[in-house]
Amino acid sequence: MEQTWRQARGAFAAIAAPPLVWLLLFFLVPLGVIWAYSFGENVGPITIDLTGTFANYMRALEPLYLSIFGKSVIVAGVTTLLCLLVGFPVALAIAFASPRMKAWLLLLIMLPFWTNLLIRTFALIAVLREQGYVNFGIEWFWNLASSARELVGMAPLGDYEPLTLLYNNAAVIVGLVYVHLPFMVLPLYSALDRMDRSLMEASLDLGAGHLRTILLVVVPLAAPGIASGVLITFIPALGSYLTPDLLGGTDSQMIANVIERQFKKANDWPFGAALSFLLMYLTFFAIAAQALIQRKPGRR
Amino acid sequence: MARVAREKPGPLEYHRRWPLQLIVGATFFFLYFPLIILMVFSFNDSKRNIVWQGFTFDYYEKVFKNAELIEAFGNSLTIAFFCTIISVVLGALTAVMLWRFRFPGKTAVEGAMALPIVVPEICMGVAMLVFFAKIMPWPSGMPWPFNLGAIIIAHVSFAFPFVATVVRARLASFNRELEEAAKDLGASEWRTFWDVLVPHMQPGLIAGALLAFTLSLDDFVITFFTAGPDTITFPVKVYSMLRFSVTPEVNAASTILIVVTVVLTAVGLHLQNQSENKKPKP
Repeated sequence: MEQTWRQARGAFAAIAAPPLVWLLLFFLVPLGVIWAYSFGENVGPITIDLTGTFANYMRALEPLYLSIFGKSVIVAGVTTLLCLLVGFPVALAIAFASPRMKAWLLLLIMLPFWTNLLIRTFALIAVLREQGYVNFGIEWFWNLASSARELVGMAPLGDYEPLTLLYNNAAVIVGLVYVHLPFMVLPLYSALDRMDRSLMEASLDLGAGHLRTILLVVVPLAAPGIASGVLITFIPALGSYLTPDLLGGTDSQMIANVIERQFKKANDWPFGAALSFLLMYLTFFAIAAQALIQRKPGRR
Repeated sequence: MARVAREKPGPLEYHRRWPLQLIVGATFFFLYFPLIILMVFSFNDSKRNIVWQGFTFDYYEKVFKNAELIEAFGNSLTIAFFCTIISVVLGALTAVMLWRFRFPGKTAVEGAMALPIVVPEICMGVAMLVFFAKIMPWPSGMPWPFNLGAIIIAHVSFAFPFVATVVRARLASFNRELEEAAKDLGASEWRTFWDVLVPHMQPGLIAGALLAFTLSLDDFVITFFTAGPDTITFPVKVYSMLRFSVTPEVNAASTILIVVTVVLTAVGLHLQNQSENKKPKP
């Protein structure tokens, strides 16, 4: 049973004060300052007046910035969907593996977590660039096909033109999936692992195929895990900065890149602050939506 | 029909069905192939790391002779070290506070403690930038390691709520009667905390420390906004090297960081297993 704080005031103060003061001073105050700045105006190169204006938010609603917000949501959404499509079978295989193999597979899924995000993105560049391994692989098949055509007496294919796989939206999505896949697999795995397997056996016994069992029995049972996996993948993907910065082209900037530019290059802190808070509201909206969906199955 | 020796997979043995094996195999290939290529090419004897030319340790030598890179690496480890210590203390206190006490505004405190986990990194980065530029300017020209203070503070702010979550999960299995028994037998508040509660929390503390250390070592975005010209960390340095030119030196430096993190994590997991197995389960 929890103790009320009145029973041990001294102990409570000693335990609660350090973390609360830290959170207030080094987290809530900085966020509060940004929030205040989002209602401010640049009056000099380094002076910002807190005039209480909504102009920054109005500017954020201009078509240019709205389209970047929309694009960020779409990119994060596609990333989440791809992670779900790839992650679900992987989580299923892990959940039904033998205990020994399960531990190894989980370790292999989590290992990239401990590798620096920047390094992983850099590694991906070396694979996707024009002189990277994906292009080398396709070139090899291309030359193979070319000589095969010569063998049967047809004109050989021309020289292989390397595909541009980097610096576009597809590269950003591949990079985001690469980075966020473990976020999706782990909650899916824990939901599938806890599931009552006799229900699956019953479904298979009664003549449903595997695909049907998975779609009609497993997916509804694992719905809470799917919902939390989707949220855990979507939130960091929506606010990602490094992946679009390194893998994206000029037209694949996401909202975080625009915020960075306001603070570092354009030096328009109030506008950047307003964009930051809009991104934060969008994040909270996603969390609230998930909480609402999460509650529904319980009521049924 | 001599090859039917391997029995058919049972109905629920999904990991033994070929479509799933194919997907799992492809996924692991996708996750590991780029990293393995990166590590292999750190030994490549060629300036442009595109084609394999022969084995060399040259680029590792270059990394160790690159004073800036070594300094950045040292900075990263120092920051991660201090961040881990402070985060574990604050995280443990948070966990104990939320686990032990009932107090007005508890839900609000719980919500606020979860904020650093969900707020996008970029928002926290710019908040820290403004905070250290306008509200609490970090004195410049401080001797090492105090010049890293701003980055350490920023890292602790996002790492300690993660530690609190891990430790709190561990505390859920604590039998509160043990604490009461200790107090009945005359132990003081502090002694009960130190001799009864802390030993129980230990696996959670180790797991939390591991998490804080990796979070700090891994962080780029928040550091990018808090770092000054003389407080470069390893990821920030690698980022600027990437912008400038891609040489196998970056591969070598990355390989070193990967090996360091994997070794430290393995040690941490080993310690955690040990401290979990040492004591009988309550």
